[in-house]
Amino acid sequence: MITVDLEETSVRDLNQRLHDLPGDTNERTWTVVNPGGRHALLAGLTLPLAVTVRGHVGYYCAGMNEAADVVIDGHAGVGVAENIMSGSVRVRGNASQAAAASGHGGLVVIEGDASARCGISMKGVDIVVGGSVGHMSAFMAQAGRLVVCGDAGGDLGDSLYEAVIYVQGTVASLGADCEEQPMADADRAAVAELLARAGIAGDPARFRRYGSARQLYHFHVDHADAY
Amino acid sequence: MDGNAPIRRSASFPPETIHEIQRAAAEGIYEIRGFGAKRRLPTFDDLVLLGASISRYPLEGYREKCATDVVIGARFAKKPLHLKIPITIAGMSFGALSATAKTALGRAATMMGTTTTTGDGGMTDEEREASSLLVYQVLPSRYGLNPRDLRRADAIEVVVGQGAKPGGGGMLLGQKITPRIAAMRALPAGIDQRSACRHPDWTGPDDLAIKIQELREITDWQKPIYVKVAAARPRYDVQLSVKSGADAIVLDGMQGGTGATQDVFIENVGIPTLPALREAVEALQELDMHRKVPLIISGGIRSGADVAKALAMGADAVSIGTAALIALDCNRPIHVADYAALGTAPGACHHCQTGRCPVGIATQDPALESRLDVDAAARRVRNYLSTMVLEAQTLARACGKSHLHNLEPEDLAALTVEAAAMAGVPLAGTGWIPGRY
Ligand SMILES: Cc1cc2nc3c(=O)[nH]c(=O)nc-3n(C[C@H](O)[C@H](O)[C@H](O)COP(=O)(O)O)c2cc1C
Ligand code: SF4
Repeated sequence: MITVDLEETSVRDLNQRLHDLPGDTNERTWTVVNPGGRHALLAGLTLPLAVTVRGHVGYYCAGMNEAADVVIDGHAGVGVAENIMSGSVRVRGNASQAAAASGHGGLVVIEGDASARCGISMKGVDIVVGGSVGHMSAFMAQAGRLVVCGDAGGDLGDSLYEAVIYVQGTVASLGADCEEQPMADADRAAVAELLARAGIAGDPARFRRYGSARQLYHFHVDHADAY
Repeated sequence: MDGNAPIRRSASFPPETIHEIQRAAAEGIYEIRGFGAKRRLPTFDDLVLLGASISRYPLEGYREKCATDVVIGARFAKKPLHLKIPITIAGMSFGALSATAKTALGRAATMMGTTTTTGDGGMTDEEREASSLLVYQVLPSRYGLNPRDLRRADAIEVVVGQGAKPGGGGMLLGQKITPRIAAMRALPAGIDQRSACRHPDWTGPDDLAIKIQELREITDWQKPIYVKVAAARPRYDVQLSVKSGADAIVLDGMQGGTGATQDVFIENVGIPTLPALREAVEALQELDMHRKVPLIISGGIRSGADVAKALAMGADAVSIGTAALIALDCNRPIHVADYAALGTAPGACHHCQTGRCPVGIATQDPALESRLDVDAAARRVRNYLSTMVLEAQTLARACGKSHLHNLEPEDLAALTVEAAAMAGVPLAGTGWIPGRY
């Protein structure tokens, strides 16, 4: 295991070192200490590395991640795992706004709460939040699944496309074109599988499903009130 | 009363206005269309260049050198772009345009040693292969955004706005969404695709600075990063872009073209290219960043004269969208019946949103797309770019300049009071710049 101390090494040097690793590297397990809320940490990883950050990170930690498994043993700033393609990012604490924004794939786990716009514009990523999510979560979410074990803030799933949202607690309000839909066996299986992958306890039977009513897929004057 | 009384039309309600009111009454929705603003606006036509005479030396046309190159991205990027000409091809999405049109634009730009730009919806392999220098847009929709394309781009453009719709998002109508485009955007085929008007993970200049830092980290500080803003409040936007760490700024005036936007938006939001450019140059000068952070101006650029005047006002380069499409064949009087079927005619078409482009440019229909011969189309755009450069050089030599960038406001005069005020150059025959002296 390699340990990098960000009091001694710059974010630039750490990221460059990780980007320069050859595909067949043996240096696969990394620990980063003293992150100090720095931004763009571990952005653009491309290899199946296991990286643990001990402490809090700033904006866009693990942005555009591919293949790597990143654990943040602390809280995360805005846009953690934004545009993630594959691999996984786990936040042991809470995450700020826009967690996993526009994520295309992979798994993002937030063990605590996530702030506003969690999963905004998501395009295929799976997100599991152990706590609650803030308002406008899954705004314009296109594909992928958002599992919320706690409560959801206002305007959940506004202008939703084909992403699916599962919430165990209460939903303050649904956004335009987002509706509650029946939970089928496949949904319960999906929630069980995602909770298991996330390592978060929960009873799939207690979750409700929210999806797109698909009324706004074609702009129509009779729906003008919805906008 | 004789039978020849003149028909008296209303200035407030001309036939187009009457038609639009009745169309709205029938359909209950605004018009969405392509092309740029159609109303009359102050433009570079309202400026003239002052050729050399006794007090200035001209350079010999066809003999003495007038250089045209420009470097973009030297502020922070390890690999700045060296363009041979100060004219770039603007970002136009694959989706709005056919793959053939995108390829032709890429090849033409390559032949001329300049950049072409992706657009909303991501990068295609065809476009990457065709373009030796490709700028990759990062847009609010993030459609098709991925780190692989970020790394294989030559520069990155964070799009905040477009001149056709400052503050507005986009809409690609369902009729243009083929399975390939739907897959690139991770959306179902055939639905109207809304492109967001705000970025999902940043708001405001402080966040933008960190976003740019992240993009630099992902690409190891190699690529120039541009910020593209619509001309609404260019003074603030330019200064905030500089502060956010942009290597270059693209400023798109209200004439700027679009693939599909509400007509009311195109015609009524933003300010024209002329005053936007002056404000932007002043904003850079205030920060002592003029010529250090290159300014690329777009919106209604059509000729070498426009290029020369824009550079004289202080732009470092220009970018073209609509004019490049016109060079491809847009609005050419061929397949006239197909224009008529859209309810328009060659010379007046703005129907890119329909996907039924009569000349195969703004379409995803294979039969229509095959109307554009990619080699011939690329040659036309190359010829057009080449003509613009020759025109600009001719004008610059006449003003005694050995580089297009040596043109300066002092080489300009305005023909109208409005243009004098907006461009900040004297009204011809006077020393008067309204609002200044
Ligand atoms: C068909 C079409 C599609 C466009 N798509 C995009 C786009 O995807 N992203 C973008 O930033 N601008 C887009 N634009 C705007 C251009 O990048 C550029 O700002 C504008 O065309 C410049 O003005 P001009 O058309 O008068 O040259 C598009 C323009 C056209 C004509
Ligand atoms: S000819 Fe084609 S590209 Fe030109 S305005 Fe019409 S539809 Fe658009």
